[in-house]
Amino acid sequence: MSQEIHEGLAAIVNEVAGVPVADVQLDKSFVDDLDIDSLSMVEVVIAAEDKWGVTIPDSEVKNLKTVGDAVTFISDNS
Amino acid sequence: MTRQVVITGLGMITPVGKDVDSTWRAILAGTSGIRLIDEPWPDDQPAKIAGIMAVDPASCLPPHEARKLDRSQQAAVVAAREAWADAGTPEIDPERLGAVVATGMGGLLSLINSYDLLLERGASRISPHMVTMIMPNGSAAHVGLEIGARAGIHTPVSACASGAEAISYAARMIQEGRADVVVAGGTEAVIHPVTMAGFAAMRALSTRNDDPTAASRPYDIDRDGFVMGEGAGIMVLESAEFAAARGAKIYGIYGGSGLTSDGHHIAQPDPEGRGAARAIAEALADAGLTTTDIVHVNAHATSTPQGDIAESTALIAALGAHTDNVAVTGTKSMTGHLLGGAGAVESIFTVLTLRDRLVPATANLHNLDPQIHLDVVAGKPRELPAGDIAALNNSFGFGGHDVALVFRSA
Repeated sequence: MSQEIHEGLAAIVNEVAGVPVADVQLDKSFVDDLDIDSLSMVEVVIAAEDKWGVTIPDSEVKNLKTVGDAVTFISDNS
Repeated sequence: MTRQVVITGLGMITPVGKDVDSTWRAILAGTSGIRLIDEPWPDDQPAKIAGIMAVDPASCLPPHEARKLDRSQQAAVVAAREAWADAGTPEIDPERLGAVVATGMGGLLSLINSYDLLLERGASRISPHMVTMIMPNGSAAHVGLEIGARAGIHTPVSACASGAEAISYAARMIQEGRADVVVAGGTEAVIHPVTMAGFAAMRALSTRNDDPTAASRPYDIDRDGFVMGEGAGIMVLESAEFAAARGAKIYGIYGGSGLTSDGHHIAQPDPEGRGAARAIAEALADAGLTTTDIVHVNAHATSTPQGDIAESTALIAALGAHTDNVAVTGTKSMTGHLLGGAGAVESIFTVLTLRDRLVPATANLHNLDPQIHLDVVAGKPRELPAGDIAALNNSFGFGGHDVALVFRSA
């Protein structure tokens, strides 16, 4: 399941920000490593919510620092 | 002594071409970019023809860039990249570099699409980029970011005169010493049933749906309104000293500009064309030229019954007896009316006309309206004389805006 979410999230990050899929590794920080700004992060959240039927509240988004954080949250809540 | 301003780079995306070269060849060949809109629009839509961009500007950009830009901004960025590369990507202190990109209506399509999405799926689905996609200064801001401009980014909004006003503004930034290089032009992309219904409600649009390529016919007795177009035109303006120092190729010289207002009506032109005539006279004075220096006019010529006559009257008032010696053309006959992009695209046409010394013909002009007293080029392009020559580009806008620009051969 986590692998599937990781791949799906990598595709979303690629679509939103043009980051190569291969660069979207679990230990990468959205802001520091992948250069995702706050507006693009909102786009990632919207796309993830649509794809996995989860709700990611704003209060939670700030805790999702790495790709792995996001995969875990989506996996636990979908 | 005012600093001289030259044109060193050009970029365009229009209904007749994906770039400057393809557009200019199509214009000289008399090719129309107007076609029937192939969408399920309401049956009672009076006008269903338009000049759609020859290529989708989104297809010219990486997907992650395109998704953050309104269609009008995509067009502006595509044209700006072409112009900047054409100018040789000048190396310049960013604080001496500006961007002035105009639009008549901003990111209207993004607003309409967002509202549709809101009704369908709720507020949480609205893009975080919606605000920057709809703000009228968005194109100038994106073009400015693209080149790293820090001398200032600006967006004149004067309806169909916006693109010309942007070029005037940019040139004055250089003349006043605020910048050495300014990327300037205009963009528009608002072809949608609701905007078309609004222009049709004003009785401004041609309804010649059964013959799209013949619908835009400035000065012809059978014209029945303008045809909506979309696209962008961007030019790189530069101080002559800066251009010379870096050995830039020069397309032409910016002569001067005149900007006035009608004070007559919110949408109808002053039938006497007084504001337009004053703008032309001011542009000539600003350029240090006299009427006899002008050999060519790229006219506003939208193909509306009233507007074309008012412009004819204005030209005669401003140029006097010399009007008979001026080769006038109306390129909207092929592109349709690019609204906020028009003045910029047609300024580029004017510069290329002077460079090639070849005036493109006005398409669809078969029977000159007897109320038009101009030497309108029709049938085939007409050659211009050798030596130093100058030309005018007119742009007028709803609200009563009158902008005239003068360009000179290099």
